[in-house]
This record gives sequence, structure tokens and C-alpha cells, in this order.
Amino acid sequence: MSKQEQHWEKSKGLLMMTLAIWFVFSIGIFLFGAEMNEVTGPFGYPLTYWFTCQGSLGIFVLLIFWFANRQEKIDEEFGFSERGDD
Amino acid sequence: MIKGNFIDNLPKVYGIYTGGFLAFIIIMSIAEQMGMTAKTIGICFVAFTVAIYAIIGYLSRTAQADAYYVAGRQVPTVFNGMATAADWMSGASFVAMAGGIYFKGYGYMALLVGWTGGYVLVASLLAPYLRKFGCYTVPDFIGTRYGGNLSRFMAVVVLTVASFTYVTAQINATGTIASVALDIPFQYAVYVGLVSILLCSMLGGMRGVTWTQVAQYIVLIIAYLLPVFWISNKMGAGFFPHFMLADEVSRIAELEAQFGFVKNSAENLKEVPKGLAGITKAHSAVNATPWAFISLALAMMMGTASLPHVMMRYFTTPSVKAARKSVGWSLFFIFLLYSSAPMLATLSKLSLIDPSLPTGIIGKSIAEVQAIDWYQNWNQANLMFVSDFNGNGTLELNEFFMGGKAVVLATPEIAGLPYVISGLVAAGGMAAAMSTADGLILAIANAISHDVYYKIIDPKAETAKRLVVARVLLVVIGFAGATIAALEIQGILGSVIWAFDFAMSGLFFPLVLGVWWKRANKEGAIAGMFLGLVSGAAYLVWVRTGGSGFLGITQLTFGIFGSAVSLVAMVVVSLMTQAPNAATQRMVDEVRVPAGKSILGKQH
Repeated sequence: MSKQEQHWEKSKGLLMMTLAIWFVFSIGIFLFGAEMNEVTGPFGYPLTYWFTCQGSLGIFVLLIFWFANRQEKIDEEFGFSERGDD
Repeated sequence: MIKGNFIDNLPKVYGIYTGGFLAFIIIMSIAEQMGMTAKTIGICFVAFTVAIYAIIGYLSRTAQADAYYVAGRQVPTVFNGMATAADWMSGASFVAMAGGIYFKGYGYMALLVGWTGGYVLVASLLAPYLRKFGCYTVPDFIGTRYGGNLSRFMAVVVLTVASFTYVTAQINATGTIASVALDIPFQYAVYVGLVSILLCSMLGGMRGVTWTQVAQYIVLIIAYLLPVFWISNKMGAGFFPHFMLADEVSRIAELEAQFGFVKNSAENLKEVPKGLAGITKAHSAVNATPWAFISLALAMMMGTASLPHVMMRYFTTPSVKAARKSVGWSLFFIFLLYSSAPMLATLSKLSLIDPSLPTGIIGKSIAEVQAIDWYQNWNQANLMFVSDFNGNGTLELNEFFMGGKAVVLATPEIAGLPYVISGLVAAGGMAAAMSTADGLILAIANAISHDVYYKIIDPKAETAKRLVVARVLLVVIGFAGATIAALEIQGILGSVIWAFDFAMSGLFFPLVLGVWWKRANKEGAIAGMFLGLVSGAAYLVWVRTGGSGFLGITQLTFGIFGSAVSLVAMVVVSLMTQAPNAATQRMVDEVRVPAGKSILGKQH
């Protein structure tokens, strides 16, 4: 496999992982919204309510930064990162 | 001022700007103490901020194509994040979102999840690859990746339908705010709003819009957060509302159980002015089926990843790496406002309905409520209404009606904050609506001037001529939008949601598969865009004209149907026709690697 193919395989792996986490917090947990709301979540809010106000939103922010860092590592590993900084 | 070293001085420039704006708020509050009228304060806030944006727009003027179309590709990550956040958060987010949460609770919160979750798709599926491509506009990517004028033209059509639906709502919002703040009729205020919008973008194109959007973000976030924190502290609910409102949320649930939800007879409802509502849904309990919630969230997420005015902001970063990070910053800045909206809704609702609070009006006598100053103001503005349906002289929960906008606009006054805060909120709403309108009008005008005029009609046109065409289009589209906005056909929020559905119907899969599926070809993309848009639009018309719909897809989520058709059409047609040639395949390979030259040259 060429370097470029390996790089793309790894990038696809990262994409799948990112989308899996995204799926859980944007869709998965809301399949059980009513049941989860019985539980007390962070800061004392009902759990599902907390996810819709803060939880899922905050997780998305962290997820994007995590994804960006991992992708940069992959690019560096194969020597595909851009020269110069941002 | 805006040359070379301007970029290095950005933190300083915007630091001074923020300080200046805070100083302006303080001066206004002193003026209020000294007897300046509420009306003058409102005019000062709107006029002062709009003047600043116009100055920034003038200083950013340019005669170069890459500065006009992509701000010279030198906008640093964090600042691009702020600009995107302003671009993104429209009049709907600012004025209507907290109201939606107030009235509809959980079912509405799907929009919060959808309008943030979409950025994960932007960051992972699209933005870095489109940045590597080096395009000026979204149809530029479609046209080059798939080849041919027809695919490029179809992309322009989808972009225009989605963005135009969206922009009329934003011009409508600027008009509403300008008419309240400046006290002029709506029909004229719409054009005042339009002129303010064009002042930001006409001379500098994307460069002007970028630097005004950063300035607008700073105004709108201060205008949103300051009242939320102030009200929370004033009510004694907690100094950091986001972490401390659990008691208030459960108190609302207690009151809901005590009062019951509002149910009015049709006869009584006839008296209530149009657009006002009572509290009919639970605040924090789950009040929608899983599919109703998930389908709305999903439609908004896929729509986010297809809306061109957001995507083109990531064309302005210096590198692919910066584009990825910049999506993270965008969402962070959006998160600051979105996570505050439910808190504002909670504070607003509790302060109105809790009889044990001094601001609570439920349980007071009708005559007493009607004598309150703020009630009279907002009743006059057609945003509040009480009526003694059962004739017992006391205000019950189902005798109190309010408009969604009042949650953001009126809560500061209800909580007893000085009027200067209301002026600030008006300036914030204006900033939110203007920044989004600018991004949208520019997206449409750039697509038509670059993709239709330059790439299809006259590929030999000189830069100067191209930029004249771009500016003329900007004005024409702006006026068309304002004219339709002045007719007030559809509410602000409804048209915003439709825009997402149109965008995802036509563009989501052609964009994503362009990067992630090498086998996707021109014929497939054209079929995907055309059939996606047409079937989505047909579904909307069908449901609007009394159709029953299927699978629980409503007029707010018709994009789910449109994009499914688009996906199937694109895959089937691609596989039935020839695979893309070797040059195109190589192009896709190059897009997937951050290093190296962009596909399209710096000037194209």
C-alpha cells in the first residue's frame, strides 16, 4: 500500500470514530430521552435536559478539537502536514 | 490600517474595540441616570454600532479578487471562529431561540443540538478538504470536481434557493429591530437595515464582511450574556446561571404541576392577538417522541454542513490545519450563546409565573397587572396580552399570553434592569441579523458573479470588471431580499429552518461524496442535486397544501426526504454511467492530503 493509501486508511478510521461519538451524543442518547430524564445529571439538572442545554453541545466542541489534533498527528506521521504555521 | 501588520495586531485592535464598546455602554448608563430618554438610548445604540461596522467595511475596501472572495486567505483561526459564529447566529438565534425554548421546551431543543452537532460534520467531512481545494465558492468546488457547466450551474441554483430563503428572514429581522429602535414604520426600516448590511460588504467583499463579523460577534455576545448574568444575580438564582439553575428548573416543574398547562377554548383564543401563546408544554420534561426530536436535529445537522455561507468562511483560513481548528473555535463561540438561551428561558419563565417572586404576575389581580409599566409597553408592541376569561379578577396562567421575541427583548425590563440593557439587546439583535444577512447575500452574489458570470458566461473578464459585476449583484440581491422581506410572508424561524432543508436536499451528498467517494461522477452529481432539490421542494408543497406526509417527516424536516432521494439518485446514476477520468481521480487524491498546492490557483 502506498504512503498515500495508508494515510487515507488512517484518516478514514479517525472519521469513523469521530462520527460514532457524534452519533451517540446527537442521536443515540435521545432514543432514551424520557427514561434518562428521570436521572439527575450534572449540576442537578434532569439528565436529558442537561444534555440538550449543555452536555451534547459541549461534547461537540471538545470532539472537534480532539479530531483536529488527531488528524494533524496522522498528517505529520506520513509527512503530509503543511509547512509553516497557522 | 488593514494591511500586512493589521493581521498581527488583531488582538490589540479588537481588544481596544471591545473596551470602547464597554465604555460606550457605561456612558449610556450614566446618560440614562441623567435623564436621557429610552428612545434616544435605543437610537444611540443602533446608530453607533452600525456606524462602526460601516467604517470597518470602508477600511476593508479592496480591488483584488482573492481579497474580495476569500479575504486573502489570511484570517487567523480564532478570529475566523468569531466571524463564523456571527455569520451563523442569525436574528433567529438571537431573538427567537430563547422564546422557542420558553414555549416548546424539549421538542424545540432539538434545534440546539442540531445547530451545534452539524459542526462535527463540517469539521470532519468537508471544511478541510474544501479549503485544500482552494475554491472561491461552493459551486466552484462542485464545478471543478465533477466538471461541466451544468453541474456548476445546478449548485448555484441550490445555493440561491437555500440562501435566499434564509436571507429574507434576516432582512426582516433587521427591519423589525430598526423599526422598534429608530421608531420608523417597518416598510422603511427594512431598507434602513439593507443599507446597513450593504455598507459592510459592498467595498470589501469577504474581507469587509470578515472584519465586521468579528466586531458584530463581540457586540452580540456581550448583549446576550450580560443580561443573563445580571438577571440571574438580581433574582438571587446564582452568580453563574449555567451551573446553578437546577433549583429554578425544578421549581418551574412544581409550578407546572400546580397550575396545569394552558388549555383555552377556541372562543377565548379568538381574542388573543396573532402570534402570542400561553405556556402549553413542559419546561424540562421530555415532551416529544424520540423520532420527532432526532429527525429535526438530524435535518439541522446535515443542513449546517450544506449551507454555503458557513462553508465559505473556512476558505479564508491560511491553511487546511487552520480550517479544522477554526471549526472548533466557531462552535465554541456559538456554544457561549446557545448554552445561555435555555438559562434565559428559565429565568424569564420563573420571574413571570412564580407568585412568590416580586416580578411574578400570575395570581395578581388583572387590574394590577394591566397597570404595570412594562406590561403596557409590551402590550402596545403586540407581544403581551392578558384577559380575564373566567371573570374572577385574578390572572391565571391560561389568561396570560406572550410573543416568543419577548423572552429576549422584554425580560431585562421585567426583571427591573435599566433601559440601557434593552438598548444593548437591540444592538445585539441588529448585529446578529446583519452579520448573517451579509454572509448570505455575499454567498449568493459571489456564486453568481464567479460561477455563472466569470466561469460560464465570460471567462476572459478582467478582475476589475468581475468585481463590478459582483458588487452590482450584491445590491440587486439585497434589494430583492428586502422587497420580499417587506411583504412579511413567512415568520423568521420558519424560513430559517426551510433554508436548512433546501440546502441539505440539494447539496449535502454531492459535497460529501465529492470528497469521500472517488467513483462519484458528473452525471450522478447533477441527478443528486436536481432530484434532491425538486423532491424536497415537492414534499414541502405537498405537506403545506394538506398532504399527510409519511414517516413523520414534517414541513420542518422535509430535507430528510430530499437528501435521501439525492443520495439514491447520485449513487444509482453514478454507477450507471462512466467512472470519472484519471485526472479527476488524481485530483480527489490530492484533496485528501493537506500538503502541497491547492487544486485551484491563488487567482482563478
